[in-house]
Amino acid sequence: MLARMNATKPPGGRRDAVLLSDASGSSGSAGRRDFLRRGLTLSGAGLGTAIAAGAAWADRPGEEPSRSAWMTTPGQPFSNYGQPSPQERGVVRWISANRAVAGNGVSWTPLHDLEGIITPTGLHFERHHNGVPQIPLEQHRLLIHGRVRRALTFAMPDLARYPVRSQILFIECGGNSNAGWHQLPQQTRAGFMHGLASCSEWAGVPLSLLLDEAGADPSAPWLIAEGADAAAIQISLPMAKARQDCLVALYQNGERIRPENGYPLRLIVPGWEGVLNIKWLRRLEVAPEPVMARNETARYTELQPSGKARMFTFVMEAKSLITSPSPGQRLDGKGVYEIRGLAWSGRGRIRSVDVSTDGGAHWAPARLQEPVLPMAFTRFRAAWDWSGAPAVLKSRATDETGYVQPERAALIGERGRHGYFHYNAIVAWRVDEDGEVSHVYA
Amino acid sequence: MSMLERRCAMLLASLAWAGAPAQAPAPVPRLGQPAAPELVQRWNLSVYPDGRGLPSGQGTAAQGRAIYQAHCAKCHGADGEGGSGGTLAGRAPLTDPDPDQTVGNYWPYATTLFDFIRRAMPMDAPATLSEDEIYAVSAYVLYLNRIVRLEDRLDADSLPKIRMPNRDGFVGIDAQPPAGR
Repeated sequence: MLARMNATKPPGGRRDAVLLSDASGSSGSAGRRDFLRRGLTLSGAGLGTAIAAGAAWADRPGEEPSRSAWMTTPGQPFSNYGQPSPQERGVVRWISANRAVAGNGVSWTPLHDLEGIITPTGLHFERHHNGVPQIPLEQHRLLIHGRVRRALTFAMPDLARYPVRSQILFIECGGNSNAGWHQLPQQTRAGFMHGLASCSEWAGVPLSLLLDEAGADPSAPWLIAEGADAAAIQISLPMAKARQDCLVALYQNGERIRPENGYPLRLIVPGWEGVLNIKWLRRLEVAPEPVMARNETARYTELQPSGKARMFTFVMEAKSLITSPSPGQRLDGKGVYEIRGLAWSGRGRIRSVDVSTDGGAHWAPARLQEPVLPMAFTRFRAAWDWSGAPAVLKSRATDETGYVQPERAALIGERGRHGYFHYNAIVAWRVDEDGEVSHVYA
Repeated sequence: MSMLERRCAMLLASLAWAGAPAQAPAPVPRLGQPAAPELVQRWNLSVYPDGRGLPSGQGTAAQGRAIYQAHCAKCHGADGEGGSGGTLAGRAPLTDPDPDQTVGNYWPYATTLFDFIRRAMPMDAPATLSEDEIYAVSAYVLYLNRIVRLEDRLDADSLPKIRMPNRDGFVGIDAQPPAGR
């Protein structure tokens, strides 16, 4: 009886669209107590049901059976490699490929359907320039040459014997969120506009070990990296970064890297733009100057209103995004919701994320979910009691360097609208009276 | 030191080594195999702005026209106006309201054109054009942008000497492009 009353009563009992800021103390404690009480009373109700069922094994006609069909027959046997529930088949990467070349394009991580900070490996975003090569492990070698004392090749079984380091890191394509430059707000799922970013545990050999073994010339400031795909994609990477924290990764989330993520070998460049993280890594050339490849001159550069273009914009600046509620989701009436999102910065840790429900007039700190790791997705949460009135939700990340994610108007004021890459402005979602969520510029 | 003491000391040393990996770098196997210069040369596709890495061979835009039409036009358009592939030709000012970024008005180095075609084009059959054909089709794309004439011969010597219109159009943010040239 008590349970039924509690369950139908609007939790929290608040009337206005306010943030229940349990990160900052007093205003959140009532909300927490309510949640706690509901939880206790509901589990009490569950216990009562179980006892009642135990007293009468046979269900009465017309009643919901006390043991459903899947509790009265043996379940499925073991599987060699687990798959998501068939009921989750809608949680997929969204593919946006070149109409003439199927392997040229991107697929987006459905960030709006995911929780936590690790992207499921099969949902990690893809950017391929000409398809996914299927590389026989025993035929793959890594060549290091150029300004080195001795050019070397490394076979895959040999690389597997080197000391391994692992790190949880985001990778974000420089072109992620680029629809933000458009004049009208694109209406799509959050991940299908901002999901050229994913986060994995990457494990492999510190690149510096291999550079040392080859005797890389300390006065050569660049490293050219090239992949073994049909585009033989190459980029130039400053040697200081290569030595500082780059990995030659063999594993992603505990298993060998999958083909679409670079099997058998991928360069990992923490916090820097995705194109530098060369997949299917096959060649590293120690060089006195950058090679000025197509993907660091004609592409992955940002034209500014002056007519000049920004080049070698390596660091992915701080960004955040509310993944729930977000477009395509619908709030089921007024009441308490948890605003959930992701923040990340290529410069290090996220220091704080602020959330607004009134389009940026007022901000409150969100709670950061541990662990908060450098150059990794950080999950943030904030309880919100929605009054049912229209609202505009925003999140704003600040990283440990003090850099604050900019408003869209400020970013466009500085960079114009033709840069295409490195869009990291604050994202605004409008919630209307019906609970529908849409993308707005606000 | 007795034999027993020596054994104890060795044991302690090995335990200390095993227990404190952070204090000294872990030993690293050195398993790289020497790469023959011939292998390095065959694998190395990099072409630098100064022409380093360009192979022998030569071609003109006049020779490149047919190659372009056979391999490039279906994606990049008959005259480089773009299609499923990027727009290659055009010299509109980059300060226009919505400018196409082309080889002619955007790409800073002609060497990049050779490098990219050799490594990645055409997308349905990469690495099938001969070096003469790559020089010729590079010349044709430059011709579509009014940077070379139909009869200009491109080779390892002349290609790096082309000064692209947007050579000075870039500002390094986290690193600097090479100076000069």
